[in-house]
Amino acid sequence: MTHMISVRGLHVVGRRGDGGEVPIVRDVSLEARRGEVLALVGESGSGKTTIALALMGYARAGCRISGGAIAVAGHRVDQMDAGELRSFRGRTISYVAQNAGSAFNPALTLHQQVIEPALAHWVLPRRDAERRAIELFRAMALPHPETIGARYPHQLSGGQLQRLMAAMALITEPEVVVFDEPTTALDVTTQIEVLEAFRTVLVHRGITGIYVTHDLAVVAQVADRAVVLRHGAVCESGDTPEVLARPRTPYTRELVAACHLPVRPKGLDPAVDAASGTAPEPVLTLSDIVVGYGRVDANGLPAHRILDGIDLSVTRGRTLGIIGESGCGKSTLARASAGLQPPAAGTVRFRGETLAGRVARRTPEQRRRVQIVAQNADLVLNPAWTVGAILERVLRFFHNLRGAVARAEALRLLDIVQLPHAVFDRRPPELSGGQKQRVNFARALAARPELVLCDEITAALDPVVAAAILTLMSDLQETLGLSCIFITHDLHALRAVCDRVAVLLGGHVVEQCDAAALMRGAHHPYTRLLVSSVPEMRPGWLDEVVAQRSAAAAPFVPTAVGEGCPFVSRCVTRIAGVCERVRPPVVATADGGRIACHLPPGDLPVLAPGNSTIDA
Amino acid sequence: MGMSLAGAARRGAAFAARLAPGPRRALALLAFWFVIAIVGPLLAPHAPGEIVDRDVFAGFSARHWLGTDYLGRDLGSRLLWAVRYTVLICTLSTLLSCGFGIMLGIAATAMSVWVERVLGRLMDGLLSIPSLLFALLVIAAAGESVPALILTMGVIYMPGSYRTSRALALRIAQADYVMAALARGEGRIFVILREILPNMTGPLLSDIGLRFVYAVLLLSNLSFLGLGVQPPLVDLGSLVRENVLGMVYGAPAVVVPTIVLALLTVGLNFALDRQRP
Ligand SMILES: Nc1ncnc2c1ncn2[C@@H]1O[C@H](COP(=O)(O)OP(=O)(O)OP(=O)(O)O)[C@@H](O)[C@H]1O
Ligand code: SF4
Ligand SMILES: [Mg+2]
Repeated sequence: MTHMISVRGLHVVGRRGDGGEVPIVRDVSLEARRGEVLALVGESGSGKTTIALALMGYARAGCRISGGAIAVAGHRVDQMDAGELRSFRGRTISYVAQNAGSAFNPALTLHQQVIEPALAHWVLPRRDAERRAIELFRAMALPHPETIGARYPHQLSGGQLQRLMAAMALITEPEVVVFDEPTTALDVTTQIEVLEAFRTVLVHRGITGIYVTHDLAVVAQVADRAVVLRHGAVCESGDTPEVLARPRTPYTRELVAACHLPVRPKGLDPAVDAASGTAPEPVLTLSDIVVGYGRVDANGLPAHRILDGIDLSVTRGRTLGIIGESGCGKSTLARASAGLQPPAAGTVRFRGETLAGRVARRTPEQRRRVQIVAQNADLVLNPAWTVGAILERVLRFFHNLRGAVARAEALRLLDIVQLPHAVFDRRPPELSGGQKQRVNFARALAARPELVLCDEITAALDPVVAAAILTLMSDLQETLGLSCIFITHDLHALRAVCDRVAVLLGGHVVEQCDAAALMRGAHHPYTRLLVSSVPEMRPGWLDEVVAQRSAAAAPFVPTAVGEGCPFVSRCVTRIAGVCERVRPPVVATADGGRIACHLPPGDLPVLAPGNSTIDA
Repeated sequence: MGMSLAGAARRGAAFAARLAPGPRRALALLAFWFVIAIVGPLLAPHAPGEIVDRDVFAGFSARHWLGTDYLGRDLGSRLLWAVRYTVLICTLSTLLSCGFGIMLGIAATAMSVWVERVLGRLMDGLLSIPSLLFALLVIAAAGESVPALILTMGVIYMPGSYRTSRALALRIAQADYVMAALARGEGRIFVILREILPNMTGPLLSDIGLRFVYAVLLLSNLSFLGLGVQPPLVDLGSLVRENVLGMVYGAPAVVVPTIVLALLTVGLNFALDRQRP
């Protein structure tokens, strides 16, 4: 047997609503040698997961493997009966899903769940299984490997759960492990730890891996070979460095290009502002905003703060980017600005006018000027309405347009967001993710706003579609003279559309700077961590980063008490005794940035284009 | 008039086309039973109380298709009337229970926290009384009349409907499109009627269908115990009760109403259940 995995002419069909069948995977052939990691790359709907599941002899409800030969570790998967499949899955091949958070049972301890497959397949007695679990926890670089198993799923972070899920997949010592987008839901900073843990375990144990993802930069780090899929068929395959450096098909070239978004050409242009003789005019100003929940103290401040003392302003006609990890309060910031989550303290001002905290207390005119485009286009358009009705409602509400006039205006909005007029009579469930996001945008534009709050508008989209949306947004912003707040956890997207950047951590703004200066000059230690954590499409990048970080690793310290710096537990340059107690002062830098850190400006980490080559 | 009727029919058809297959099938089945309930008695060959034959518990024959009952009355005619009473009483009580249940359920979502708490306690209290016991108590106190039956069953099934619709409305109220409407400054009524309610219809229709089935079962139980629909009126449950002696002869008079009852409830249940893929 030369190949660990060999698939020949695989066909999978799905059932349509009317009973007919549609091909989902067409004539796919691929193979992987023992110990190799093979990446399945493609946009959503390209059949990546379907193929990965077929390797385990599984087809989703409504789908059927209709042809082809699948051989894994010498077994013919397509010829197995149910009993054989049961012992095959888990023993020979196992699966790590995208969202570990929802894959664990919240009512059982992690240990019970992790060793379950070993007991179910009779591979190990309980005691040995427990010993092996601890060994795997250690290999996965989980904190407190001896005791972490006694905890419950909700007590761990997403990245930790993802590694636990991998431990569970490895406990039966399978020969093949299928990873289905295991880091897509994670932040870049966490992603690095998880990727490194996965890679080490695979290499040490000689396991063959199938890695499903849409992120080419991740592919460059983990996979030996890559198969690019499109519309259920193989588009291109080869050694990873080869595919990434010299893509042969137009589609792969497009995928690679989508990872190299052009950096926004203009930055804040000081010459223009100087020429007009006035300081740039702020549109939205947030001062000392506090949002939280829980018991309220004597000053009216809540015990648990999601946002704590936020000072930000958006310049007219410019885009302010907000970046930070999941849960740092980005969405809350947008919701507070839109009046959907009233702040406990602080003021929101719009062109000098103070806005009420609650949207219900704002005037229609104030509501019209600030529009929010929310994170998940699936939830943000009412599925019961047609696209036309959605747009016409806004036009009628704010501009009192009705009938033919409203219809004409709605069609014009569809033109602006580059959607065909046929979309007018359709309902959101009949649209693709990218189309929904465009409608979402058109609805915001229908109000003729001055400020648009964009919350993770590309998070759920494929890189190619996301790049198109970003281009659209950039163009509209320029032609309509909009001001924007652009919330994201994706540095590429951030640099493609923003003029200025605010870095959010634990509800605090730790740094503000010009987007153009993000990759060079002195920065907050957290900004450096973020920037250097964005995977690059260069094989070997992960090794370099891991080597750098392990050299600089700092012993763990307890988190900040009281007013301390929110980054203190992870900061390698922290000043003991100061950083965990005293709120860092905000210092202005030479190129117009503002950094909240105790380090003297000369000691701040400096980024050079050389050591962070997103620009490449 | 003709125009608006045609328009309504077209809109109705468009609405049905958008429904999930489960509620759609159930709706079609209900429509069928309605037609029988309304048209059936008009086609009945005999008056329900008319004694037409000396032969009691007669079998199927050309003269009396479904045979005769314990007094020698035409069973086919009585059955058509029984379907009318069962379907109409249960429809009215379901409209009552679901109408109020849904209204209160949505209101609880939109109103202050304590309104919701009081309503919740009230409904939980109602829900904790066994339905048959509750019905027996009310009927013992208020007497056996059709309006009393409708009202009692309406009250019994309201809490369930309240809970379902509140849970649905709560979930939809979290959706970002509701947030977008609020951010725009839409009024509460608009948000409830236009943003929340249209997205509840599918699941709500299933829920209404199920409550109708429960109502049919409860009414038949009551009538079988002699506490439901009283002679000279007749429903499916009382039809079974009065002919129960025919059981020993395997008379159609007791078998056929039982089958019809089963067709009504099991059929609807099946239609609704199929919505799971
Ligand atoms: N009403 C609430 N009660 C308790 N916790 C809350 C509440 N609202 C938000 N939070 C918490 O506040 C934090 C910030 O939430 P927010 O949605 O702003 O994060 P985010 O930065 O947008 O994250 P993501 O990138 O995952 O969207 C999270 O930890 C969240 O769980
Ligand atoms: S204030 Fe201290 S802990 Fe915080 S980033 Fe600066 S040096 Fe690190
Ligand atoms: Mg968010």
